[in-house]
Amino acid sequence: MKLAFYPGCTLESTAREYLDSTIAVAKAIGIELEEIPDWICCGSTPAHMADELLSISLPAYNLQLARRMDTEGVTVACASCYSRLRAANHAVTTDPEKRAKVGKVLGGDYEGDVPVSHLLEPVGEIIKQPGFESRLKQKLSGLKVASYYGCLLVRPPEITGFDDAEDPRSMDRVVEAVGAEPVDWRFKVECCGAALAFTRPEIVEKLSGQILEDARDSGADIVLVACPLCHSNLDLRQCDIEKFLGVDLEIPVLYFTQLLGLALGISCKELGLHKHTINPVPILRKRGITVKGC
Amino acid sequence: MRRSSRVTDHKMGSAGFLEQVEADSGEKVRICYQCGKCSAGCPVAYSMDLLPNQLMRLVQLGLKDEVLSCSTIWLCASCETCATRCPREIGIARVMDALRHMARREHYPVQVREVPLFVSTFISNLKRFGRLWEAGFVGVFNLRTGHLTKDMGKAPGMLRKGKLALLPPRIKGMDKIRKMIKRVEEVNRQ
Repeated sequence: MKLAFYPGCTLESTAREYLDSTIAVAKAIGIELEEIPDWICCGSTPAHMADELLSISLPAYNLQLARRMDTEGVTVACASCYSRLRAANHAVTTDPEKRAKVGKVLGGDYEGDVPVSHLLEPVGEIIKQPGFESRLKQKLSGLKVASYYGCLLVRPPEITGFDDAEDPRSMDRVVEAVGAEPVDWRFKVECCGAALAFTRPEIVEKLSGQILEDARDSGADIVLVACPLCHSNLDLRQCDIEKFLGVDLEIPVLYFTQLLGLALGISCKELGLHKHTINPVPILRKRGITVKGC
Repeated sequence: MRRSSRVTDHKMGSAGFLEQVEADSGEKVRICYQCGKCSAGCPVAYSMDLLPNQLMRLVQLGLKDEVLSCSTIWLCASCETCATRCPREIGIARVMDALRHMARREHYPVQVREVPLFVSTFISNLKRFGRLWEAGFVGVFNLRTGHLTKDMGKAPGMLRKGKLALLPPRIKGMDKIRKMIKRVEEVNRQ
């Protein structure tokens, strides 16, 4: 399977470990990722808050770049970029006036015909293939995992079309595939507060705090995410959350690619497990999981 | 919190406001029947001066000044829970976007001043480098808001872990990209 890869801005910096683990895992399970050359920012939340045409044109520009590549479509690791790329396709395919305007901005028509998936989708295809289990170097049995989907992967469903908007299971299937135990919990699609981290941090501390507390109360050892922005709020800001709530949480937050990588025997360094604020290695070892090279 | 208190005086609605919001957002605000599901699911509702369903009602009534000067439009996190659950299938988050654009265009006072600063700092960073340069973005944003030390305690650890680029990203063809972004304004004016 060969896919054009749109990393997005955060994977080059704050979510470096998501990029590293994505590349390592894709290679190990046979997904060929070719980065879109000279891709630009998707505009994220600020673009749609500022100007609708800008918010469609930026992703459409990237999709036009991807169209020239010989791949089966674009795959995205960040839920926010994923949502913006899908929204651009949705806008130009459902609204001829918007398509005409975007065409003028880009200097060429974009039909909205480049398929966009979130990385969880091609990974989901591979883990359900018969014999996948034999590729695992270890089973992560005993590790309890709360899969956190957040907002933009699943909402709005008419744009993302991803899994079930209220009760998604795609990440839980990754958890099951590596022999770990998915926990049932209430906050899997609640909002972490997103970009309010910059503008109203106390809202993020409350919302992300509720998510982490519910994960803990549901017996989870770790929280699993598929979005660098969710990760930043839940991991990087966890100390602020603890102060705000007046509690100790210490819940490691991993990317689903890192969990998969651990089972595939990829080293700690390649997966970037040492880059989190809350160190996941002690609980992983406590559950009998081999973590190489940390 | 002054939730619905400001709605009590029975002013005349602003003519054409509902129609304008509907045209800008592409959403039929008029079909909202006030079930309240948007407000029930909204994670940020607790901090808003107008609940999302109240906002929808005020738009229907044409109460433009109340709508465009509320905190709700700036606190909305764009999480899309409201739009996903609305039984009338109104894209409420898109309505929020349209209201923000209108409030800025018409120079309404902004209750949460950090939000438009966040947006404009992000966009100018993106126009300059093509990709977001996070270190530069946070630096300029903190300068503009006056919260100089915000998140600075996290920087050394992130630098050590290679999670913060000190230099901006470089991509080929920035001239072309800048021109493309400029055309957005031109096409919008047409």
